[in-house]
Amino acid sequence: MNDKINEMLQRSAQNANQSEKSFIRPEDEEREVIAPDGSTIKINPIYDYFSGKKPQEEKPLNGVVEKFLNWARAESIWVLGFGTGCGSIEIPPLMTPRFDAYRFGVQMRATPRQSNAFIISGYLSVKTLKRVIRSYEQMPSPKYVLALGSCTINGGMYYDSYSTINRLDKYIPVDVYIAGCMPRPEALLAGFMKLKELIKEGKAEKANEYARNFDEYKANQKKIIKDWNMPDYNW
Amino acid sequence: MKAIVQEITEKYNLQNAVFQRDNMAFVEVEKKFAIDLVTFLKDYHQFSHFVMMSCVDWIEDGQFQLLYLLHNPALKVDIGIKTYLNRTEPVMQSAHHLWKQIWTYQREIKEAFGIDFPGSPNVDENFVLEGWTEIPHMRRDFDTAAYSEKTYFPREGRFTHDPATYMREKLYPNQPVTAKKNTNE
Repeated sequence: MNDKINEMLQRSAQNANQSEKSFIRPEDEEREVIAPDGSTIKINPIYDYFSGKKPQEEKPLNGVVEKFLNWARAESIWVLGFGTGCGSIEIPPLMTPRFDAYRFGVQMRATPRQSNAFIISGYLSVKTLKRVIRSYEQMPSPKYVLALGSCTINGGMYYDSYSTINRLDKYIPVDVYIAGCMPRPEALLAGFMKLKELIKEGKAEKANEYARNFDEYKANQKKIIKDWNMPDYNW
Repeated sequence: MKAIVQEITEKYNLQNAVFQRDNMAFVEVEKKFAIDLVTFLKDYHQFSHFVMMSCVDWIEDGQFQLLYLLHNPALKVDIGIKTYLNRTEPVMQSAHHLWKQIWTYQREIKEAFGIDFPGSPNVDENFVLEGWTEIPHMRRDFDTAAYSEKTYFPREGRFTHDPATYMREKLYPNQPVTAKKNTNE
């Protein structure tokens, strides 16, 4: 009986030590496995399903072609339905007859692969930032970020919190800031109009900026996300 | 209610029982008898509903205070059991066998205050934070503003007003200050 208990205690102590060493789950660790045909292969689950390649800059096309494309992009803003903070409550009214964001070509989508605009709605905790980065990197380029509320600008009323970030633009590039606490749906619509203006002028090139300063953004992200157990770039 | 408090006072040699209301009392008990008392109240006096469990950091006394709040649905009375832990050795007997929801409370207190509850299921897992490497964030010696400034790139140009002074300057600039200063501070 005592032997069994000792064995269990030892095992739990080992597990505790392992979890201190690395935040990567045991099933995600790089290791050798035996394939069905009997051969031994190396696997790295985090990187096997994703490309390790850095994002590439996409240069704008020439003159009138790019202008036409920008006009088309400005008229179809597909927003990722991902509410990060209290501001996400301002988004559902946009899709009602009263505010009717559809008339501006704005609509909500369920997955990052189908959307090109990301509304960071309010305060952002480190835990959510990790998910935001994953979602942002999975969105197809050209992509735009709207930062909603004062929390994304300078931390807002949570500026001294241990778990929420102060400045969003240190972690992902931001196209339009919408100030307020909270901004009303009208302000959000004004933000969309501003974004459309920027796109039509060819100034909403923040996805390229992310690719250009990729290492800097990654360093900032990894500074606060201590349990980095995902690939560096998730497209 | 008074009879119950009288009984446990004699049985567990309690020091000071406080009646907040007629149907609510708080008792302080030694750490080694705390879970015994909770079990006794649950099994003998039908305090079958576990309301909540909380923790307070009395940093000046070098102690953590744990509070178990129980409810008796038949008599409609509440009782709070307080116990004190040494801050340097924050380990408490687990009560996970009494109510399952205590698992979650103990996991939360482990993360927020660093109090260990050996044997409690999943007590070592992350509760809210992920990859936290500093001292537990709800301990009072953890300076959240300093941590935020060090970690999260504060934007320059942020300033705050003391509300009382600011309102006086803006709204009543010519009025002499008559209000007494709060002496409790």
